[in-house]
Amino acid sequence: MGRITLDKVSKAFGDVEVIPPLDLTIEDGEFVVFVGPSGCGKSTLLRLIAGLEDVSGGEIRINGQDATQTPPAKRGLAMVFQSYALYPHMSVRKNIAFPMRMAGMPKDEQDRRIEAAAKALNLTDYLDRRPGQLSGGQRQRVAIGRAIVREPDAFLFDEPLSNLDAALRVGMRLEISELHKRLTTTMVYVTHDQVEAMTMADKIVVLQAGRIEQVGSPMELYRSPRNVFVAGFIGSPKMNLLTGPEADKHSATTIGIRPEHIAISSDAGAWKGTVGVSEHLGSDTFFHVTVEGFHDPLTVRASGEVALYYGDTIYLTPDLAHLHRFDAQGLRIA
Amino acid sequence: MATKHSRASARIMISPAVILLLGWMLIPLSMTLYFSFLRYNLLMPGMEEFTGLTNYKYFLTDPAFFAALTNTILLVCGVLLVTVIGGVFLALLLDQPFFGQGIVRILVIAPFFVMPTVSALVWKNMFMNPVNGLFAHLFKFFGLEPFDFLAQAPLASIIGIVSWQWLPFATLILLTAFQSLDQEQLEASEMDGAPWIKRFWFIMLPHLSRAITVVILIQTIFLLSVFAEILVTTNGGPGTASTNLTYLIYMQSLLQFDVGGGSAGGVVAIILANIVAIFLMRMIGKNLDA
Ligand SMILES: Nc1ncnc2c1ncn2[C@@H]1O[C@H](COP(=O)(O)OP(=O)(O)O)[C@@H](O)[C@H]1O
Ligand SMILES: [Mg+2]
Repeated sequence: MGRITLDKVSKAFGDVEVIPPLDLTIEDGEFVVFVGPSGCGKSTLLRLIAGLEDVSGGEIRINGQDATQTPPAKRGLAMVFQSYALYPHMSVRKNIAFPMRMAGMPKDEQDRRIEAAAKALNLTDYLDRRPGQLSGGQRQRVAIGRAIVREPDAFLFDEPLSNLDAALRVGMRLEISELHKRLTTTMVYVTHDQVEAMTMADKIVVLQAGRIEQVGSPMELYRSPRNVFVAGFIGSPKMNLLTGPEADKHSATTIGIRPEHIAISSDAGAWKGTVGVSEHLGSDTFFHVTVEGFHDPLTVRASGEVALYYGDTIYLTPDLAHLHRFDAQGLRIA
Repeated sequence: MATKHSRASARIMISPAVILLLGWMLIPLSMTLYFSFLRYNLLMPGMEEFTGLTNYKYFLTDPAFFAALTNTILLVCGVLLVTVIGGVFLALLLDQPFFGQGIVRILVIAPFFVMPTVSALVWKNMFMNPVNGLFAHLFKFFGLEPFDFLAQAPLASIIGIVSWQWLPFATLILLTAFQSLDQEQLEASEMDGAPWIKRFWFIMLPHLSRAITVVILIQTIFLLSVFAEILVTTNGGPGTASTNLTYLIYMQSLLQFDVGGGSAGGVVAIILANIVAIFLMRMIGKNLDA
């Protein structure tokens, strides 16, 4: 069981309110990702749940029980830190054993769990090494191992992949997702990377300046972002956002169209532009197109190879079915 | 650029410094060695003659030698114990955020800037004096007989004075070590269910081990040669109760004018210091490896 409910939870450091009162429910077994730009309060929110920071107001309930005043160790949550926070002077085995040792678990049960975790995480050969002798990915796995053996009600991850290189990051992303499918334990995962959020989450919580901008499944957020911020934040490359006369035509203050929802033609279309830099990814090509009268260049996706070069003239037509419209407050117009 | 040429010129360039340092060390050392084999008394100038190991025999069989050896060991270990434990404790306190932190930190470090003779005199006259000292007044306030520290517990008193001087050093080194401790490690162990005392034992203390090693190594070097504090307080007495090796050598060569005997003592002290150094490096030097 791992159901976490935040009820009007707020946090202020001195006079600075980092998190205004906020409500959120994390269901048992869910993979929830907090995503938002750096400094928006994701870590703070996670640390409030963990109990490493005291709330300034509101209530945190874990499995229906008020846990607002419960010390971190008693909340039944395990956390994986961005720096891994392994104990450098202990072997991998001792690191993983530490929470069980603190709980006074019998030695043979400890050993059984260590073996199981080591096997699941490919650490069996490294149990007697020190963290300093491991690679970044292995350290990450030790940190996860230390969390697993406690058999917590929920896992909390704070940007666990941000210290890894790109290739390893993709691998670990899959491993963590696998782990979630296997354990079916609640996981709360913090990241500033919307790709991680989209690929891993059951439910994404988009945060900005401590406020929840939108909560929903990855596809919900992709299809119907609630406001301009979410529209611009979710999706890669970013959605094209247009203001001015072009938006007025659709009776909106801002309109948004994703790069994949713009058709390209060499002779006719709604907008005429000039091809700028293009990015070839093999399967896709992204063109940055300057259109007369638009403030920013548009990003457009074409599948595969397209014979368009720097300086070529191009015609673009947005797919109106996928056009997003926002009002003066930045909210979505249905 | 480690070409053959640059290495050769590097050697030539640093040779003056190396030769100077070598001479600086070797000349006094060989003179001490040379004197230690002479019958050389300042009261009988011009009567020096080679006596072989006689000086060593007298120095090593002198009952004062074993008293001095024991006192040296007690002094070093006592001060190390007080400064390391006290230093950890003070560093722990100073690492907490509190009002006036900056000033308190400077105050804690202040004793280190007081020269040994001065601090020993301050302790002797202002604190430990059985008639006018602050401790005497304190004892009298509680209706107790004043305690004559330097007469009744001379070695312990000197350990106290020297500890007072070295505590700031230990505190400073340990404080910086505390400050370099990753807070996430502490938070992780907190989430892992470790109460404060276990966090201290399993996380903080191991993290401090390297700093503690540095404190022990550096302090041992200086504590083996404590001198001024003894000279201005007890003069090594009563009897030999507070005489350490350094002070014994001083007595031999400058109070008894026996340069030969003093030199023999000096050579013995050098050998003992090296034994201690090897022993220490073996025992705790591995903490310094990364
Ligand atoms: N201990 C603290 N004291 C004061 N301000 C803090 C503290 N921790 C975080 N903050 C502030 O709270 C805001 C959110 O921080 P954080 O939760 O770490 O952001 P994120 O993890 O989303 O990058 C930042 O503006 C940061 O400066
Ligand atoms: Mg953060």
